[in-house]
Amino acid sequence: MPNLSRETYLNIFISLGLLVFPFIATAMDEPFYITLATRVAILSLAAVGLNLALGTGGLVSFGHAAFFGIGGYAMGILASHAQTYTPIFTWPFVIEGTNQMLIIWLVAIVMSGIAALFIGLLSLRTSGVYFIMITLAFAQMIYYFMISWPTYGGEDGLSIYVRNQFPGVNTLDPSSFFYICLVLMFAGLGLSAMIKNSRFGAALQAARQNEERLAATGIRPFNIKLTAFVISGMITGLAGALMADLNRFISPSMLSWHMSGEIMVLVILGGVGRLYGPVVGALIYIIFEFIFGGLTDYWQFYLGLILLGVVLFARGGAIGLLAGKARHD
Amino acid sequence: MSNILLSIKDIEVFYGPSQALFGVSLEVKEGEVVALMGRNGMGKTTTIRTLCKMSKPTKGDIHFDGTLVNKMPSHKVAKLGVGLVPEGRRCFANLTVEENLVAAQRDGEWTLEKVYELFPRLEERKDQLANTLSGGEQQMLAIGRALTTNPKLLVLDEATEGLAPVIREEIWRAVKALKAQGQSILIVDKSLSELLPIADHCVILERGETVWTGTPDALTDDLADRYLGV
Repeated sequence: MPNLSRETYLNIFISLGLLVFPFIATAMDEPFYITLATRVAILSLAAVGLNLALGTGGLVSFGHAAFFGIGGYAMGILASHAQTYTPIFTWPFVIEGTNQMLIIWLVAIVMSGIAALFIGLLSLRTSGVYFIMITLAFAQMIYYFMISWPTYGGEDGLSIYVRNQFPGVNTLDPSSFFYICLVLMFAGLGLSAMIKNSRFGAALQAARQNEERLAATGIRPFNIKLTAFVISGMITGLAGALMADLNRFISPSMLSWHMSGEIMVLVILGGVGRLYGPVVGALIYIIFEFIFGGLTDYWQFYLGLILLGVVLFARGGAIGLLAGKARHD
Repeated sequence: MSNILLSIKDIEVFYGPSQALFGVSLEVKEGEVVALMGRNGMGKTTTIRTLCKMSKPTKGDIHFDGTLVNKMPSHKVAKLGVGLVPEGRRCFANLTVEENLVAAQRDGEWTLEKVYELFPRLEERKDQLANTLSGGEQQMLAIGRALTTNPKLLVLDEATEGLAPVIREEIWRAVKALKAQGQSILIVDKSLSELLPIADHCVILERGETVWTGTPDALTDDLADRYLGV
């Protein structure tokens, strides 16, 4: 019997729970629950992205909605051209739309990565509250740009009538789409665990603690942080593409600062820097929204109270409460 | 053997409006151990900070291994081969011992195994978080971390300050072993009885200036009293 920490048991328990969830929901004859679980998986993935920057790297980005939204629009733009059979560009070369998820994901990842590179290059020269404000400012720029750009729906957003396709899978079946999202969530978790345990991860955490000291060992902190920020943005961008596909709708609200705040709330609720923190955060968030959202329009007020409680009394988030302080083994 | 590895010439440094260094000069030849001495507040740590480019000199030149490094950022100087063990045994507290050592590792003769050989205690504690180590172990870790970057010049700032006598002995033993291997070292320390026997050269600072340079034998009690006594 390997000596696993309580956190590991908790992680395994949550993973298994999510894996069998569609069967439970089907048995309960509540297929809508599968859609809720899909949202959990997608929001988790978005927060896994932010957790890499925020938790491991200490980069408090208040603009991750930018990447989430860019991922969403990557899906929206490609799929809308595919459904109207019009090319996106005809000059200098023809780019057609597509309804293939694999291509959409790739485009979402690349586009949000480019955006993160650009935003990171400028914002990582600052730190602390300025970093927060600059990331927010960039996200708002993109938000207002999409509002005022009529080609893709402007403020009204863009509807996609049929869910995009994945080779060999019926994506319209809620369970199948859930498993696609879940696998990507696990991939995101795996990647962030790998990064955290690598030399790069060690250097990133060192940069979080003391940049000057890291520089004195011959590593330029800026490069480390930029790389982490770009990977973080890419993961969140992929989540955006999935969310757009789940809703079959994309609007500038995905880019708004509310969204940035929501992703950050997930990370803080679950536990900053903890591997499964984003997943636990998303679980709490969605369950809360489902139960209290049905009772009152002001459910976020109560979520705010919980968040306040976590910040004041449980600094390790829900994971810290359930599994104790982070352990190294 | 006698190539000049580091040459600092008449550097002046300001912290904001107040001047800290008024003309510090020193040289370290390859394979040499140079002791940088002086009372508190005379500019030893500032000299080291300037060498590692955490402070910028307004005047004077710093050459390291034949390169003018005045305007270089910290990480580049470190890559050229300056391995700093900062004052106050500063490790990365949120990383394990092994992560601390591996994070900044660069190829060369100093591998993880060799560091563990020098400080067997670190191997016993390799999976522990650095902030759970004792002060002495953290100091060993800070030295180990500097060594795994395979520096041409090891810079030790107050490496034995505030440590238990047994631990100090172990650190000095390690410094001697490093010297025997031909490692160039620039060292700041207050315990003259340990420092003088291993130093090839001494440099004394007073009020931000180099006031005396010579071999340890030439450092008479009189001089020591005048510049270093309290």
